[in-house]
Amino acid sequence: MLSVENLTSRYGRIEVLHGVSFNVAEGEIVTLVGSNGAGKTTLLRAISGVQPTTGGTISFSGESIGGLKAHKRVARGMAQVPEGRQVFAPLTVDDNLRLGAVTRRDDGIATDLENIYTTFPVLAEKRHLQAGALSGGQQQMLAIGRALMAKPKLVLLDEPSMGLAPILVEQIFAIIADFKKRGLTVLLVEQNAYAALAIADRGYVIETGRITISGTGRALLEDPRVRAAYLGL
Amino acid sequence: MAEFLQFAFSGLTVGAIYALIALGFTLIYNASDVINFAQGEFVMVSGMTAVFAAAAGIPLPLAALLAIVVTVLFGILLHRLAIEPARGASPVTLIIITIGASILMRGLAAVFFDKNFHSLPPLAGDTPLNLGGAAILPQSIIVLIGTGIIVTALWLFLNRTLMGKAMLATAANRLAARLVGIDTSAVIGISFVVSALIGAIGGLLATPITLTNYAIGTLLALKGFAAAMLGGMGSPIGAVAGGLLLGLLEAFGAGYLSSQYKDAIAFIVILAVLFAMPQGLFGRASIERV
Ligand SMILES: Nc1ncnc2c1ncn2[C@@H]1O[C@H](COP(=O)(O)OP(=O)(O)OP(=O)(O)O)[C@@H](O)[C@H]1O
Ligand SMILES: [Mg+2]
Repeated sequence: MLSVENLTSRYGRIEVLHGVSFNVAEGEIVTLVGSNGAGKTTLLRAISGVQPTTGGTISFSGESIGGLKAHKRVARGMAQVPEGRQVFAPLTVDDNLRLGAVTRRDDGIATDLENIYTTFPVLAEKRHLQAGALSGGQQQMLAIGRALMAKPKLVLLDEPSMGLAPILVEQIFAIIADFKKRGLTVLLVEQNAYAALAIADRGYVIETGRITISGTGRALLEDPRVRAAYLGL
Repeated sequence: MAEFLQFAFSGLTVGAIYALIALGFTLIYNASDVINFAQGEFVMVSGMTAVFAAAAGIPLPLAALLAIVVTVLFGILLHRLAIEPARGASPVTLIIITIGASILMRGLAAVFFDKNFHSLPPLAGDTPLNLGGAAILPQSIIVLIGTGIIVTALWLFLNRTLMGKAMLATAANRLAARLVGIDTSAVIGISFVVSALIGAIGGLLATPITLTNYAIGTLLALKGFAAAMLGGMGSPIGAVAGGLLLGLLEAFGAGYLSSQYKDAIAFIVILAVLFAMPQGLFGRASIERV
């Protein structure tokens, strides 16, 4: 479904992705773990088309999308839940969700909106409030709901558990695990490596802009290097 | 009292025009961080086109329509030829480009039209109405009503249509806007079209009262900029409030102090806002996320 080959990207003169290659097959949950500054956010932004790349290829559903603008990639079925939630703070919850479907032209939008409200009842209660007035956990649910409104095939999630209380973290991971049952493909970036690898089919470790370890979720959880560096064991 | 009313009315009338220009600044700034100093030229191009079209024998309504079309075309050209190719440049560079475009438009108007002052016939005659002892031009009332309609229409567009909401979303969080699939370059293009349209209507409303000439754009842009700063750059409500307030300050300043300093008031406002309250009256506190 998604295949990244030898991708490089830089901020000014500083290269932060030095030839990243990995892939995600249809229906999989793939987790990417890495410490602060490893390049996870840069990688996801490059895939979504909001961060320029300097080399390599990105293909999605068998087609090269490296030259497409961000909005065209969304229209092809790729949505991102960005780091730090990035909700449209002055707009209402309802408008945030509707804007998630801005690339769609089909008539299923209203039904999907109601489905999001069924999945996240707390958002339904607050649908007419400004998104900026929600708590961190609610904003995260809104960011997830907004991405789902695009009716994506692939969802990219950038540290969805960051800064949330343990009970909410559990809830968020349950929701992501549930994506699989809806037929969604997931690329999940996390520092909370244990929970993220536990729900993953496969995983990769990224260190300073390079993929260094890969394997099934279970294999990575048992890998001594991963246990030492990311699980604190 | 009659004098006070007189000043208040003339202040509100001029202020309404400043408000329209400030709204144009706001829309483009929100979409792109660019402060479009060619905003005043939209008012000039529209007024001059209408004047010369009417003088060439085209009926006034058609001349007005032509003026709007020509001005909006200028807005599209400005975006396509000057802003879009420089995409990715710093806002300061883009601002300098708009100043260049403004000088160019002024030059073109001087050559293509002329350097004289012109007026348009007022829509509802020129017999002043008596209001509490103050003589009010019917055109003043038309300016105020017209501005009210534009502000309402803009509000409805921004808050009731998906495209308007996409513009608000782009203003609120550009990264998130791109990630949900909003074509943010198209949003910038639309902001230029809407700003040009507002400037064009402003020019048609104002010309019967303020007259027009190839060079009025520069001062109008500065006044509109002062109004937008006063209201808080980025806030549509602030733009309207700032425009009206600046118009009132000018009218009372000119009336009660000295008309010599009328144009200086806008500059004093810019300086005062910069020093005392950089966020303006309605601006959001610029707290950056870490
Ligand atoms: N806008 C920027 N300008 C310059 N350098 C940047 C910028 N954003 C990130 N970097 C640098 O690029 C590198 C990768 O950053 P990135 O945000 O992709 O890491 P990350 O893995 O997402 O980290 P975190 O876990 O903290 O979110 C870091 O060294 C960072 O300092
Ligand atoms: Mg990150």
